[in-house]
Amino acid sequence: MLSFNILVLVATLYVTFLFIVAFAADRRAKAGRLGWLRSPLVYTLSLSIYTTAWTFYGAVGSAVRNGLEFFAIYLGPTLVFVGWWWVLRKLVRIGRTHRITSIADLLSSRYGKSAFLAVIVTLLAVVGSTPYIALQLQSVALSFATLATGEASGLGASDVNGTAFWLAAGLAVFTILFGTRNLDANERHHGVVTAIAVEAIVKLFALLAVGIFVVWGVAEGPSDILERVSKANINLSSTSGSRWVTLLFLSGAAIICLPRMFQVTVVENSDESHLSTASWAFPLYLFLMSLFVLPIAVVGLAELPKGANPDLFVLTLPIAHNQEGLAMLVFLGGFSSATSMVIVAAIALATMVSNHIVMPFWLYLRRSRQAVSGDVRSILLLSRRISIAAILALGYGYFRFTGGTGALASIGLIAFTGVAQILPALIGGLFWRGATRKGAIAGLCAGFFLWVYTLFLPSFGGAWLMSADVLVYGPFHIEMLRPRALFGVLDMDPLVHALIWSMGVNTLLFLVVSMVTFPTPLERLQGVQFVNVFQHSSGQGQRSSMSVATDDLLVVAQRILGSERALALFRDAALKQGKEGGLPDPTRDFVEQLERQMAGTVGAATAHAMIGQITDGATLSVEDLIAVADETAQIMEHTVQLEAKSQELAQTAQKLQHANEKLTELSIQKDGFLSQISHELRTPMTSIRAFAEILREGGSLTEDQARKYSSIILEESIRLTRLLDEILDLSVLENGQVVLKRDHGKLSELVDRAIAATSSYDNERPLKIIRDLPSEDIDLVTDLDRLSQVFINLVSNTRKYCDVAVPELEIAVRRLGDLVKMDFRDNGSGIAEKHREIVFEKFSRLSDASSAGSAGLGLAISREIMRNLGGKIEFVPGDGRTLFRVIFPIELAENSGKPMV
Amino acid sequence: MTAEPKSPYLDVKSYRRKRLIDMARLLPIFGGVLVIFPLPFLFVNGVLTTDATPMALYLFGVWIVLILAAMIFARLLRDPATDD
Amino acid sequence: MAKHVLLIEDEPNIIEAISFILRQDGWKVSTHSDGTKAVAEIARVAPDLVILDVMLPGRSGFEILQDLRSRAETEKLPVLMLTAKGQTRDRQAAQDLGASHYMTKPFSNQEMLDVVRGLIA
Repeated sequence: MLSFNILVLVATLYVTFLFIVAFAADRRAKAGRLGWLRSPLVYTLSLSIYTTAWTFYGAVGSAVRNGLEFFAIYLGPTLVFVGWWWVLRKLVRIGRTHRITSIADLLSSRYGKSAFLAVIVTLLAVVGSTPYIALQLQSVALSFATLATGEASGLGASDVNGTAFWLAAGLAVFTILFGTRNLDANERHHGVVTAIAVEAIVKLFALLAVGIFVVWGVAEGPSDILERVSKANINLSSTSGSRWVTLLFLSGAAIICLPRMFQVTVVENSDESHLSTASWAFPLYLFLMSLFVLPIAVVGLAELPKGANPDLFVLTLPIAHNQEGLAMLVFLGGFSSATSMVIVAAIALATMVSNHIVMPFWLYLRRSRQAVSGDVRSILLLSRRISIAAILALGYGYFRFTGGTGALASIGLIAFTGVAQILPALIGGLFWRGATRKGAIAGLCAGFFLWVYTLFLPSFGGAWLMSADVLVYGPFHIEMLRPRALFGVLDMDPLVHALIWSMGVNTLLFLVVSMVTFPTPLERLQGVQFVNVFQHSSGQGQRSSMSVATDDLLVVAQRILGSERALALFRDAALKQGKEGGLPDPTRDFVEQLERQMAGTVGAATAHAMIGQITDGATLSVEDLIAVADETAQIMEHTVQLEAKSQELAQTAQKLQHANEKLTELSIQKDGFLSQISHELRTPMTSIRAFAEILREGGSLTEDQARKYSSIILEESIRLTRLLDEILDLSVLENGQVVLKRDHGKLSELVDRAIAATSSYDNERPLKIIRDLPSEDIDLVTDLDRLSQVFINLVSNTRKYCDVAVPELEIAVRRLGDLVKMDFRDNGSGIAEKHREIVFEKFSRLSDASSAGSAGLGLAISREIMRNLGGKIEFVPGDGRTLFRVIFPIELAENSGKPMV
Repeated sequence: MTAEPKSPYLDVKSYRRKRLIDMARLLPIFGGVLVIFPLPFLFVNGVLTTDATPMALYLFGVWIVLILAAMIFARLLRDPATDD
Repeated sequence: MAKHVLLIEDEPNIIEAISFILRQDGWKVSTHSDGTKAVAEIARVAPDLVILDVMLPGRSGFEILQDLRSRAETEKLPVLMLTAKGQTRDRQAAQDLGASHYMTKPFSNQEMLDVVRGLIA
């Protein structure tokens, strides 16, 4: 027997130790040195809150009363964890990508952020968990009493109540301290989780120690134990096949749906790969926890006096053998089981209560006032803390109310059945896009109601709310509605009965209502994101430490604000937070400031969405998306307009540049033209002036000389006149001011005329002209004088420039519909490639050598004439010889004088 | 839901991995059958036996097999999960 | 012995006129009209003065002048540039390239004689 005071001291020391562990872990986490805090081992151990005092002590009791049933309670979770590829992996991924804070949040989020659904789940969780918390308080109180006095009833009721009260108070303090230290966006509590991991080791160690003591200390080894088990006449008959399957199902559902399990499995998960380790390590933990249940049960049955509470065999066996140290260890193990469960349950429930009930209510009350943002954080923390205290008070109240009797013993499975009601909506939401909010609400409400009616209320045995009368005869004596034999289903285990009815109706309603109702857009969006979570997210990139979030903020800010401004902003914020260097903490103020800054650049909705993505990973709501889309559309419109304008500007600029180039070109051309004109005029004038002066001087000139010089003057004067004529002609042609005649005539005659006109050159080098007269037999209606001017120019060019001894000119005529095509091809050396471009330019005589009498305007004039006649003249590059091609219409258009090409 | 629409030809490694994941998915079904299957003989026919030992050993056996199998799959599929 | 003037010009009538004027004044005048061979002709004839037209077939007078000024034997040779274009740009180019004098066509015969006399004396 340990003295009461020593027990209190040891318990206090143990609790202090847990405080220190939690505190140290929190500090480590805050410093960013997560290390082993985030190891798969800690994660797995934290899952051990599944084994509460109910299983720590109660498994042995269950084995005594119901044989192998306790196996089912452990095998269900084992199957779920071994099968983590199905559900848990998806849950964890969704929890991470959507920053889910609780199971209520998950369902609410999945079904279009339904607040009502969250409230239902929260209520269900509170109703289901409160008795469970009471059970933990009771088990600690009982074990305390047992250890202090040797039997469970050894202490007075006030002492038991006092123990339970102080335990509840202490747990409230611990949970508030470590569960609400920070409002991390990700709701992870490293201190709490670490303390729980330590407790997990303690309880496993305690149970293994008792087991080893029983097998090797009390019995004579494994074979003896096996023999004892065989002979122990363990009651196997109470477990029907249906109850076995029910238990497997319930425990499997509970490991997913219990709020506290969801908290540790999904919310506190920092790395998806930890799940892979837990998939075998957690079943192994359960395996070890259950390894010695049967031995302890059979040895307890044999060794301890009849009537001893089998639920306390774990504790009473060491006591009976005067193993006080071992008993103490067991007490601490049980204490650990109870406290860890209560702490996590309180955190999970407080999160749900404050997020889904208190805060919405508070915001509703505050709706008229503005500027909510500042004090939300403190309000949220306060509401969390009050919720934790309230939940523990509720548990304690429940414990006092039910008198801490056997009514609590079965509460474990009852609670499992309650939370299992969440399963259809949860699994449906994870795998079926067709699941709707209304379906989930219908199923949950029905399941919740049926659970309360067929299992929860009847569990009080007619003591509370539901009278014994109703229990036996049904409400208003309607037999069909008897809670334990609904619609005449008789002779069924109450648990199985309740499960079949509640889950059956729940699932059916969920499916049917989902199929007949229509989801809102937000529901559909969330549905797709949940069901296809693996397509929308990646497993990498855990974001658990704050500096990472700040890093990301910086990256985004740099992208939006520009590197310098973003860095300056961050530096200022860091200084304001009292940091000399490095990145600032992403405090609410800072993030809001940043958001405002960014909103100035990309618009409020986009900034909010971007910041939101980083700081709390919240997926976009449809409203967000719509707002973003609107802004984007506006921006795009602006951009399009701007682009159009700038394009316009660019085009205008290009046009201007083009015009400028053309003007410059024209100016150069004009300069060139003037310069050429000047040259062409001055050259004959030089001769004229010089010889005129010579003649005026008279002097020693011979008559021949005088005559010669006079004729030179005449010749040059004619040249000058012709030049001026040509210039004027070209000017008229270029300006389109020419008046064209429409004469009738034959092409062949025109060619004859041109050849005759140029024959004066024949004296030097006779030109052989090759013609095909029949092809020239074309009647023309055009300005024959102008056309022949072109032919003359071409023929005379050949006569002048064809640089072979026997020049030849071939004139080939072809009719192309209404057009005539004439090729003038000579046998000279052609025109060098670089000159081809300029042959039609004014004064473009390629060589001055034999320029006699020509100013180089011939081809330029020809081109203008052809243009005016609606045709064209071009140089055709070919086999190196000179080929000019003339194309013109047979009949000149009536309103001629306008260029065709 | 194939996560790799990029190529219809999977390389052998990722094909192996996918089949391993299939096997990992089968594990709980396999375990469930093993855990439920012997029930009619033991529990419904309460007459059959009052000896809990064989059943307990059987259940422990199934359990440890499941744990080992899960451990092996966890090892084999350790590298970052490709999606299903 | 009479000083030798080489006239490089492509217009036959102008050649005729200038030759007559200069010969009347007592200079020995030879003529040449191909731009490409002008430098070689200058080297061969070794005149006391070159009258150089800007617009020559084959090679412009400016290029020929540049060539002359880059050669030691013709570096100091007096060169009178003639042009019919009459633009200040051309005058500037001629001065920059080292022309001894520059005349725009048409010119008076007396002006021509004065310049030639000035350049040779």
